[in-house]
Amino acid sequence: MKETVGETALGSYRVLDLTDEKGLLCGMLLAGLGADVIKVERPGGDPARNVGPFYGDIPHPEKSLFWFAYNLNKKGITLNIETADGRRIFKRLVETADFVIESFPPGYMARLGLDYSALTQINPRIIMTSITPFGQTGPYRDHKGSDLICMASGGLMYVSGDPDRPPVRITVPQAYCHAGAHAAVATMIAHHYRQITGKGQHIDVSIIESVAWMVGDMAVLWSFDGFLTSRAGPRTGRGRLYMLDVWPCKDGEVCFRILGGVYGRGIRPLAEWAEREGMAGALKEVKDWQAVDMSKVTQDEMERWEKAFKAFFAQKTKAELLEEAKAKHIYLMPSNTPRDLAEDEQLAARNYWVEVDHFDHLGTTVTHPGAPFMMSLTPWRIQRRAPLIGEHNVEILGAELGLSKQKLEALKASNVI
Amino acid sequence: MQTKQALEGLKVVELGTAAVGPFIGKYLADFGAEVIRIESSVHPDITRLTSPFKDGILGLNRSSAFTQINTSKRSISIDFNHPKGRELGKRLMTWTDVVIENFAPGVIERWGLQYDELKRAKPDIIMLSASSQGQTGPCSKMVGFGFNLKGLTGFVHFTGWPDRTAVGPPLAYTDFVAPWFAVVAILAALDYRHCTGKGQYIDISQSEASLHFLSPAIMDYFANHRVQTPQGNSSPYAAPHGVYRCKGNDRWCAIAVFSDEEWHAFCAAMGDPPWAQDSKFATLLDRKENEAEMDKLVEQWTINSTPEELMNLLQSVGVPTSIVQNSEDLNDRCPQMKHRGYRPVVNHAEMGPHRHMGWPCILSETPLQLRPAPCLGQDNEYICTKILGISDQEFLELSESGVLR
Repeated sequence: MKETVGETALGSYRVLDLTDEKGLLCGMLLAGLGADVIKVERPGGDPARNVGPFYGDIPHPEKSLFWFAYNLNKKGITLNIETADGRRIFKRLVETADFVIESFPPGYMARLGLDYSALTQINPRIIMTSITPFGQTGPYRDHKGSDLICMASGGLMYVSGDPDRPPVRITVPQAYCHAGAHAAVATMIAHHYRQITGKGQHIDVSIIESVAWMVGDMAVLWSFDGFLTSRAGPRTGRGRLYMLDVWPCKDGEVCFRILGGVYGRGIRPLAEWAEREGMAGALKEVKDWQAVDMSKVTQDEMERWEKAFKAFFAQKTKAELLEEAKAKHIYLMPSNTPRDLAEDEQLAARNYWVEVDHFDHLGTTVTHPGAPFMMSLTPWRIQRRAPLIGEHNVEILGAELGLSKQKLEALKASNVI
Repeated sequence: MQTKQALEGLKVVELGTAAVGPFIGKYLADFGAEVIRIESSVHPDITRLTSPFKDGILGLNRSSAFTQINTSKRSISIDFNHPKGRELGKRLMTWTDVVIENFAPGVIERWGLQYDELKRAKPDIIMLSASSQGQTGPCSKMVGFGFNLKGLTGFVHFTGWPDRTAVGPPLAYTDFVAPWFAVVAILAALDYRHCTGKGQYIDISQSEASLHFLSPAIMDYFANHRVQTPQGNSSPYAAPHGVYRCKGNDRWCAIAVFSDEEWHAFCAAMGDPPWAQDSKFATLLDRKENEAEMDKLVEQWTINSTPEELMNLLQSVGVPTSIVQNSEDLNDRCPQMKHRGYRPVVNHAEMGPHRHMGWPCILSETPLQLRPAPCLGQDNEYICTKILGISDQEFLELSESGVLR
C-alpha cells in the first residue's frame, strides 16, 4: 500500500462520527485530511455495512464496498448510547473531541441527553454537525427519508429522464453524498470561526436542500419567466431551447453540446472533421460557429445540425472522438462506464486509483478512488482501511479511557459495546 | 442585527469563470470572507451574458445566473492585457490570504500569476486551481464544462432506464460536486497555516473529486469486474420503491418501502385492498419478483390523490414518501423549504429584490448573511484606494488609462 504519512492539515483533531449512511462522507473527508476520526457504531455494526456492493459478491458486514469507500481512514468502536454506560463513555470521549457528527432523527440525541446544549456543558468548544433528510425543525422534520425520497423532494428527479416515463433518479445513490460534502464544508467553516473566537456551534444540515441546490437555477427560470423546467431525456432545458447533451456514437454515447459565440471555437474543428470525411451535411450552412447566436437559432436549424452530427458520431467510437477532442480542443467527452474509468489514461497518469491494504482480513488489497485534491504540503492521506466492527475498542476504550479487560467484557456481554 | 460572521477577516481573490470557481468563492463570501472577483468588461464572465435577464433586458448586471452564483462578493474590473493591469492584479495577490482560479491549465501562467510567482511576493499564500481533469496529465489541457464532464465521470451512464439509452442528469452535474471538496481543502489549508504559518498550492481536478460520489459502483468494477448499469428508480432491497403518478398535471410521488412494518402500514393506508393480501406480494423478495405488476397496482391507487395528500397520509404512518417536487414547488410551495428560509430575498443594485440560493446548512452562532452580487467593477474605487492604498490621483490615472475595464 502506498502510505502517505507526514504532514497533515487536520492531524491534531479528533472527530466522533455517529453517522449512518446519511452522513459518512463528511467524516471521510476530514479523515483524509488527517483528522483522527472514530466511527461510533451500535454493537454488531452499523446498518450501512449491509449496503452493497460487496467484495467478492459476498453479502457480509465486513465486506461492503460502500462501507469501505466512505469509512476509509476511520477507526471504529462500538457503543450503545442508549445505555447509561454507553452515554457515560460517549461523554468522556466528547471531553477530548473537537467534532461530533451525527445523522439521527431530530430529537433522538436530545432524548438521550446528548444534544448540542448538553455536549457544550462537557466541552464548550465542541462543534456538532447534524445531518437529516429535512432538517432539525419544520413541518417535515419527522418525515422519513431515503435517497429516493430526498432526490425527489430536492427537485432533481422531476427534471431527469425521458418525457414519456416517470421522473428518474441517478442509480448510484447521490443525496447523502451531497449532504456529506456540504456538511464537511460547514464543519470546516465553523472550525475556522472557532480557531479565532474559541466558540463552537451546532450545524443543521438538510439533505433535501443539498439536492435542491443543484436546481436553484431552474427555480429562477420559474420565478423570472414562469418557465417550468421539465424532463427532456438527453437534453438540458434552459428556457427556449433544449440542448442535446448526450449523443449516441458507434460504441456508446458522448457528451457534446451545439453552442455558438465564444464556445463556437470548440465546435469548428469537429465540423471541419465531418467535412473532411464528406459528412458535413447541414453543418455547411454555418460559416463561423463563433458567430452563431444561440438566442436566434431556430428549432429547425438545431434539428438539421443535430442530424448531421448524429450521422457523423454514428461512424466513430468513443475513443476516436476523445482522441480528436483532445488534439483539437473540441468540447466533447465520452460517456464513461466504470470500466472506461478504470482504464482512463488521465486518471492513471495522475496515479488516481489507490490500492488499500486489506490483507489482514481479505488477503488482498481493494482499489479505491484516490485523492479528491492535491495539496502541496498536506497531501490527502491514506493511513488505514475502513474499520472492522469494534476494531479499535481495546485501543480507545481500553488503553485511552483506561477501561479494564473485565469492564470491557462486562460491557460486551451487556450489549453496551 | 448583524451577528458575527464565521469567515470575517478572511481575504480571498477570485479569478473565477462560469460556475466552479465562483461557487467556491460564493461559499466563502456568503459566510463573511472578503472575496474580490477580478473580472473585465473586455471578456465578461460567461454567466454575465447568460439569460434569463431581469425583465428580459440584456445587461452585464442583469443576469440571474451571475447573480445567483456571485452573491456577497466585490468586483474589480481589470484588463489583464494592459501591463499596469497585471501589476494591479499582483498587488491584490500580496493583500489576499487565498487565491481561487478555475481557468484551463496554462491561462494563469500567461498572466504571470502562477503559484510560484505569487509565493515570491507572499510566501504564505494559499492558491487553489480548479480544472476539469487536473493541472498535469495527457488530458489536462482539454477544456471541460460540467455538461460534458458529467459524461466523462460516469454520471450520464448511471441515469436512465435499463431498457433504454442513458440520459444523464440534465445539468452540469459535476459543477455541483467538485466545488465543495475545494472549499474543504481551502479551509483545511487555512487551518494548517494558522498552526504553522505555511501556505500551499491546491490542484483540484473536478473529475477526481466528483468520482467519490460514484465510489461504490466503481469499486464494484475493480473488485468484482461488474459494470453496473442504470436501474431506473428500483432498489435491490426495497419494494415498492419508485415514482408513481398522482392526480394533477404531471404530478408524482416517490414511495420507498424497506421493511415488513412499512409494508403493512402501506397496505393499511391503501385500505388493505385484496391484491395486497396476495401471497405474491407477501415478502420483500416476493415483491421484487413481481415488481412490475405491483407497481401498476400501486399506481392505480396513487392516481386518485395528489402527491401532497399521499405524502401526508403515508408519512403519518411511517412510510417514506415525498412529492416529486418541481420548480414551482421548490420556489413557492414547499413548506419545509419556506420554514428554513432556503431562498432568501436579497436586494440587488440593478435587479432589485431577487430570490437567491442560500446553503443547505444552518450554523447556530454564525448564520448565513447573503449580500447582493456585485455589478461589474462596482468596487474599483474602494478596492484601489481603501484596500490597496492607492492615492486618489493614481486611481484617476488608472481609470483614465483604460486599465480598470
